[in-house]
Amino acid sequence: MYVLGVETSCDETSVSIVKDGKEVLSNEVLSQIDIHKEYGGVVPEIASREHIKGITFVFDKAIRDAGIGFDDIDLIAVTEGPGLIGSLLIGVNAAKTISLNYHIPIIGVHHITGHIYASNIENDMQFPLIALVVSGGHTELILMKEHFSFEKLGETQDDAVGEAYDKVARVLGLPYPGGPVVDKLSRQGIDKYHFPRPMIDTDDFNFSFSGLKSHVINLHHNMIQRNEHINAPDFCRSFQEAVTDVLVRKTIKAKEKYEVKQIVVAGGVAANSGLREKMRSSIQDIPVYFPKMAYCTDNAAMIAVAGYFKYLKQKKYDDLMLNGSSRLKMDEGEL
Amino acid sequence: MELKLHVGSLNDTDLLAKIISGNLFPGFIIGLTGDLGSGKTTFTKYLAKHMGISDNLNSPTFTILKVYDHKPYNLYHMDVYRLEGIGYDFELDDFIYSDGISVIEWYPYIEEMLPKEMLKISITTTDDEQRELEIVGEGRYEQIVKDISNRYGH
Repeated sequence: MYVLGVETSCDETSVSIVKDGKEVLSNEVLSQIDIHKEYGGVVPEIASREHIKGITFVFDKAIRDAGIGFDDIDLIAVTEGPGLIGSLLIGVNAAKTISLNYHIPIIGVHHITGHIYASNIENDMQFPLIALVVSGGHTELILMKEHFSFEKLGETQDDAVGEAYDKVARVLGLPYPGGPVVDKLSRQGIDKYHFPRPMIDTDDFNFSFSGLKSHVINLHHNMIQRNEHINAPDFCRSFQEAVTDVLVRKTIKAKEKYEVKQIVVAGGVAANSGLREKMRSSIQDIPVYFPKMAYCTDNAAMIAVAGYFKYLKQKKYDDLMLNGSSRLKMDEGEL
Repeated sequence: MELKLHVGSLNDTDLLAKIISGNLFPGFIIGLTGDLGSGKTTFTKYLAKHMGISDNLNSPTFTILKVYDHKPYNLYHMDVYRLEGIGYDFELDDFIYSDGISVIEWYPYIEEMLPKEMLKISITTTDDEQRELEIVGEGRYEQIVKDISNRYGH
């Protein structure tokens, strides 16, 4: 079964063809990151305009690279949310147009389920599993007992991890996106400040990064006022240690409570080297899967994979009333 | 009308949100400003609670806008920090000029696209817990500032 995936929820225009939820025949990603860099983050209206400019080209290239035609496609899977509403609508409408024109059934996919299913490209998912979803907009622990069944165990009560990285980077005068830069600098620093580990010992699976962010910002502010030297690598390392300690501890707690067979780490922050190392060294009795870089950041291959498994589970398609939604809930979208 | 308030704890934030939630009308707009970590999202959390929204409200920074469908009013929670120097975003228009309730963090960055009448709250951090608030409301919002003045701290 050939599935065409479409992803435009944020600042990447992506179209992919995946066979049987596994074999990626093409995965074309047009990133806008250089355009948004000068604004310190994604600007919604600019993102929408760029998606419009790029989407036809990306569709064509994905089809060409896969060496198939539109007539060969069995299903179109498109991200319906959550994300930037204008950006989502461009992907959804392009997908609906192709669906109508070529009479190909369409199915809407929740973006986060895509991130989780990215791990199925290189490894087979085994249930039950725990997925830690960490990105600029999300920090969630999800339990999956079988294919396309999601139970949200906990989530951030305020800032997402990636967002906290961006804000700390901004205070330190580092470029956007903050994650990769802070990660890189942290390797040259030490955990000198030992920042608080928010909610690390709470009984639930929720997270909070706003207080930690404020703590880092306040210390930085006070040091500037006292004319003290700011050692950015030490700030980055101390921040990263605090963040990864909390993420790893809560993941282990969930793993033990639900006796899962594997851990999947998904989303842009899954690319963080500190998180990868700590997760792997702390969990050795079951496999911990990190998708390879190209499938960590936003891409349509993961949407095609998720769409394939969603269809297998539900055995039904969406109709052309399908629409984008900025704050789609997983249980509304999938169950 | 202008009002200065001292917020010494989360209980104070809760009370302020409660008073404001009792005064909402269709198209109500609240603009918030204050440094990173001053409590803009925290205030919005309490407002959502008093509007009867049970979903967890977390930061909209990444997507700029989060929509909470609710009755009688939807809540549109925005963080326009990244629109600094751009000044507007046409995609936000449909939400700000609607029947829902808009809470806009860092509103001065898009002031050119905002109506003159709105409730403006600026937060200054004095130490970890303490905040000084300046609340401004003209026209239809003047009554709310009066109500806050009468009920807050009594």
